[in-house]
Amino acid sequence: MFKKALFLMAIISVVAACSSSDEGSGNNNDDFDRTALLTNLSNNIIVPVYQDLNTKLADLVTQKNVFIAEPNQVNLEAFRTSWYNAYKVWQSAEMINIGRAAEINYVFQMNIYPTNVSDIQNNIQSQNYDLAHVNNNDAVGFPALDYMLYGLAENDADLLGFYTTNSEAPKYLAYTSDLTDQMNALTQDVTSSWSSYAQTFINNSNNTATGSINKLVNDFIYYYEKGLRANKIGIPAGNFSATPLPDRVEAHYRSDVSKALTTEAVTAVKDFFNGNSYNGSASGESLASYLDYLNTIKNGEDLSTLINNQFDTAQSKIDILDSNYILQINTDNTKMTEAYDALQMAVVLLKVDMLQALNISVDYVDADGD
Amino acid sequence: MLNKLTSYFNTETSAAPLAVFRIGFGIMMLASIIRFWSYGWIEKLYIEPKFHFSYYGFEWIKPVGNYTYFIFIICGLSALFVALGFKYRLAIITFFLSFTYIELMDKTTYLNHYYFISVLSLLLCFLPANAYFSLDAIRRKKQYTQIPKWTIDSIKLLLGLVYVYAGLAKINSDWLLKAMPLKIWLPSKYDLPFIGDSILQQEWFHIAMSWSGMLYDLSIPFLLLYKRTRIFAFVLVVFFHIFTRVLFPIGMFPYVMIVGTLIFFDAKVHERILNIFRKLFQFFNLKAVKLKASSYSFSNQKIILPILALFFAIQLLLPFRYVLYPNELFWTEEGYRFSWRVMLMEKAGYTEFKVVDAEAGHSFSVNNSGFLTTFQEKQMSTQPDFILEYAQFLEHHFKSQGHQNIEIYVDSYVALNGRSSQRYIDPKVDLLKQNESFKPKNWILPFKDEIKGL
Repeated sequence: MFKKALFLMAIISVVAACSSSDEGSGNNNDDFDRTALLTNLSNNIIVPVYQDLNTKLADLVTQKNVFIAEPNQVNLEAFRTSWYNAYKVWQSAEMINIGRAAEINYVFQMNIYPTNVSDIQNNIQSQNYDLAHVNNNDAVGFPALDYMLYGLAENDADLLGFYTTNSEAPKYLAYTSDLTDQMNALTQDVTSSWSSYAQTFINNSNNTATGSINKLVNDFIYYYEKGLRANKIGIPAGNFSATPLPDRVEAHYRSDVSKALTTEAVTAVKDFFNGNSYNGSASGESLASYLDYLNTIKNGEDLSTLINNQFDTAQSKIDILDSNYILQINTDNTKMTEAYDALQMAVVLLKVDMLQALNISVDYVDADGD
Repeated sequence: MLNKLTSYFNTETSAAPLAVFRIGFGIMMLASIIRFWSYGWIEKLYIEPKFHFSYYGFEWIKPVGNYTYFIFIICGLSALFVALGFKYRLAIITFFLSFTYIELMDKTTYLNHYYFISVLSLLLCFLPANAYFSLDAIRRKKQYTQIPKWTIDSIKLLLGLVYVYAGLAKINSDWLLKAMPLKIWLPSKYDLPFIGDSILQQEWFHIAMSWSGMLYDLSIPFLLLYKRTRIFAFVLVVFFHIFTRVLFPIGMFPYVMIVGTLIFFDAKVHERILNIFRKLFQFFNLKAVKLKASSYSFSNQKIILPILALFFAIQLLLPFRYVLYPNELFWTEEGYRFSWRVMLMEKAGYTEFKVVDAEAGHSFSVNNSGFLTTFQEKQMSTQPDFILEYAQFLEHHFKSQGHQNIEIYVDSYVALNGRSSQRYIDPKVDLLKQNESFKPKNWILPFKDEIKGL
């Protein structure tokens, strides 16, 4: 009896394994084209972003040279405009921390804020600095230029004094010049690396910790959570401290463009998620279409739709903020924390629901599983 | 009945299968320790983290800085001694204690496989695995070719229990009807050659894998016990474990199970394996030692048998302790560990802690990466006992920084087996007012769905 039962079980298991093949419901029959995803992200987003940023930084160097040659109000304004234009494009580049950018810690050399004024002053005084050194990450990049262009003095006349009448004016000019040249050199380096790296990036479509999709998704989520949600809104609004820290806002010395930069960043995140081309209005395979393929329907709605809706909600909460976050925090910080909460809800969708659907591990958890 | 039992416990059998098992176990464990070390995991999992998650009641077991390497050395050496059958009793007890200590240091790394090794090595402490083909036999110039049959059967029983319980745990609606979590895991292996972009993407294959996995677990011990199906069963064992090894990052476990299931084979097979070892030793030109042969008898069988009876009673009952908890097992994980629930869940979570100073009227969120590794944060986010322990750690940390009268609340979301994420912990509960215990945790929000089954 017992033996028969065993045989029966064995037979059932074989039959079950074979017969259930007839029950295929027809979903998931065609495979998602991950190469197309990586190609779209590379050719239509990453490379055009870097190219544009490279152009903007070349212009920044030009304006800087004009300013250095003749430090006056007109040239200062032109330099500042060029800085702001480049800073806006930067908002599309910060999330791409892969390849050459990761190798040279590009992001850490371009946008660590709050910038460290005493480090900057020490560098200026000593005239002996390695701008690429990790200790100088908070004394370089856009935030350092923000200080050099807006933060040296209360008004423009006094600020120009540092570059003209001040006894150490040559030192200030040299540091501003070196800062700008360094940003340009780094950007050129990263941009040119993609002419050969793009193909490596596209070909590396396997699902391992070093695969392009895994790295990119991890970078994307990391950026959204830390670079965008925490740095731009959460930290200044006091979500991570006992009291608000208005001096931690992005572009603190310029002060009236923080909201504009955040908006650029949210738009860039949305475009990246949806695979929208940086130049033009075309769109291609993306994380959103990948999620659609994986058919992860949540609450009757697509996860990609839920995520896009949450991005929109967050943007609408940002829209009502003052363009100057310092003013906003000091008058009505609740609006800041509401914007933070809306951004936060998308973190849950990205980090929990999207990662589960894509089955991509958070960072490199390198250990055995059950 | 009693007579039958008495005569069963006096039945003898060849000592060869147990000797082969001992050698296989020792080598596998030594290899596991070396592998673990060579991947830098000791550093990464036990030395680098600032904080370690303890098992309830074992808070005193912690990594000991750089001396942690010393524990691994002891563990590896004792595994080698077990394989050689040198000072076996001392070696296997040392192995059991050091290995279990390692596992208790941080529950972040909990795996059923590791628990299995602890349980198995505890059982081996009571068995005369050095009776035959061991250095101990050479040292005492006597080897026991016969040992009590129950010693080998007890290992078969433990292996069978692990398989059957793993199979029973798969009888649930998520696994069998929704093919979850395989439906999430298999399509993501699209880069495997041949099958990755074809059958691994097919729903019928996910369902077939779920059902055959369940049937495999439930039937394999019986197919191994029965002589006529044994070879077929072993082929299945090898195929199944190699296949899962290809699909999932499960380390040494498949090989441990493949070697372990050899115990079901006849003594003849094991003698053949031992002959291979003998030839190897000839190669080293060692002189054969003539040993007196006799059969092993326990001097203390009357004490050992009740201990093992208790051991197996616990093994049989422990996995069912979850019925004492009111909420969904997969959701709260109360009674989930130590129950052979293998690969049943894909759980992802996000947990943010908010420290509130009620008196001063301000609050702030905690940056988890300042205290936890990504692995710890991942495990913490989906398991309530981790969340509570971490909250208590944060209390200690922030109080030492001068924040008195604090409360800690948590904003947490968890997604289980492809469901949409939902709030996990009651955000209005001050975790510092809660204590760890075996009682149900009423601050876990109820699961908004139902998973039917065992």
